[in-house]
Amino acid sequence: MPGSPSDPYDVAVVGAGPAGLAAATTAADHGCATVLLDGAARPGGQYWRRPPGTADAAIDPTTDRFGLGQVLADLLSDLDRVDVRTRHEVWSVQAEPAGFVARALVDGDEVAVRARALVLAPGAHDRQLPFPGWDLPGVVAAGGLQALAKEHRVLPGRRVVVAGTGPFLLPVATSVISHGGTVVAVAEAGDGSGWIRDPAVLMRSTGRIRDAVAHAAVLARHRVPFLRRTAVVEAVGGDAGVTAAVLARLDEAGCPHAGSRRTVDCDVVAAGWGFTPRLDLPLGLGCATRLDRDGSLVVAVNARQETSVPGCFVAGEAAGVGGAELAVVEGRLAGLAATIRLGNAPSDPPPFRLLRRRRTLRRFAALMHAAHPVPPGWPAWLDGRTTMCRCEEVSVADVDEVVTDLGATDPRTVKLLTRCGMGWCQGRICGEPLARLVAARTSTSYDPMAMATRPVAAPLTLGALATGPS
Amino acid sequence: MTESFSFDGTVVTFRSGQTIGAALLASGTRSWRTTRRKGRLRGLFCGIGVCFDCLLTVDGVPDQRACLVEARDGMQVRTQQGVGRAGLAI
Repeated sequence: MPGSPSDPYDVAVVGAGPAGLAAATTAADHGCATVLLDGAARPGGQYWRRPPGTADAAIDPTTDRFGLGQVLADLLSDLDRVDVRTRHEVWSVQAEPAGFVARALVDGDEVAVRARALVLAPGAHDRQLPFPGWDLPGVVAAGGLQALAKEHRVLPGRRVVVAGTGPFLLPVATSVISHGGTVVAVAEAGDGSGWIRDPAVLMRSTGRIRDAVAHAAVLARHRVPFLRRTAVVEAVGGDAGVTAAVLARLDEAGCPHAGSRRTVDCDVVAAGWGFTPRLDLPLGLGCATRLDRDGSLVVAVNARQETSVPGCFVAGEAAGVGGAELAVVEGRLAGLAATIRLGNAPSDPPPFRLLRRRRTLRRFAALMHAAHPVPPGWPAWLDGRTTMCRCEEVSVADVDEVVTDLGATDPRTVKLLTRCGMGWCQGRICGEPLARLVAARTSTSYDPMAMATRPVAAPLTLGALATGPS
Repeated sequence: MTESFSFDGTVVTFRSGQTIGAALLASGTRSWRTTRRKGRLRGLFCGIGVCFDCLLTVDGVPDQRACLVEARDGMQVRTQQGVGRAGLAI
């Protein structure tokens, strides 16, 4: 059976978003026996979510202004040479003498898949910054709203405040409009000035600019207030969920201006502060990391997308958040490099066209990160009762208590003393903000690594663990 | 034919392929879990299977992510109170 110890695949790709699809199709095109594993019901990842029953190649043209719909259609039509295994949620990857084993859960049972080379393309989820009331029903991640709208054509409410920072807020806001909701306001913490620092890279990113302009035009036509240097500093509501959001202007340091608070009625706050790469699998394997410009912990890769673990490649957001087009380019490079490593292609340098595009897109990503930073003053909008850890219900006061009274100066100690980050999500949501908060409170250096390692990447039962792979 | 599941005894209809979470939101339900320490209401937050805020009990099995589990005709879906251990005596 392919993927068994006696018959391993050449290449296993984990994650069927833009990067994973590109890696898998590239490896298969070069004759590698390739398997693509993903937890979802269909390939496409977060970016290419589409309504159930939609023909795979049919992408909503309103959400495809820079040609990536055609890229997806091409990738999906190229998948017939790939062993696509959807509904396979990979909970662990390990190195073995002959390659790697990926352990996936299928309806709760474990399946082990072996391959000689591994490409990890786990993607990312919305970065969150806690604020008072962010645990009320109706406060959702911006990407969560987008997933509901794109795949299920459902909105979590009718009157939406979109808040945070980054270009992703624009398509989220237009999604609300196109699904019949009202965008009360878009609160963007940045001021936009950062974008003009690198005009050369903007000239080579016309697709992204056209996309942003098109979204902005929709917002203008619907008279949506686009508020720069503004944040949602509190969500107000009760048992029924959010009923209002408090907006405040931010000063140069990102602290809310006293006296600028105003309340707007809404039933949804959709918040996102860029993205946090999902590093569970590469960290479990021991891949070396680096800190990216946006404060994300990402996997360090070389020019061929190879990690510090020989034979393991990482592509897409986990190697640095940069969007779907960069993920596709990195995926192609990773698929090609895995092929070369296995001896299925001559060891030529990667195509110059791909390397040049990757360089441009990474410069664009760096510009985006510089223009949309996490505002350093964000802890100023916290109060003691603000929930820090949603799972374990740890408050900011609980964190402050162990910092001031018990002398904790690093996030790991705070975690051990408060249980912040020890719940169901294993610190995926609160880990990075806790690392930021502890660094700010104790004037120590920011250490997201302390909150990032998770040996088990997906929930599995003790029964599945005891039974082992089928 | 409309498909539906039971949510704490009420009938919730859904379109084929929708998750339980999407169907509940479409029916106007915003929360379906209480937290185990403070009893606070929670519903869907990250929407993509990362945060585990949207847990509920499906056909007697607790701790299922509403944002990921596809709705099926005749499912018995229940709100989840506190620890979510269903009938387990632990």
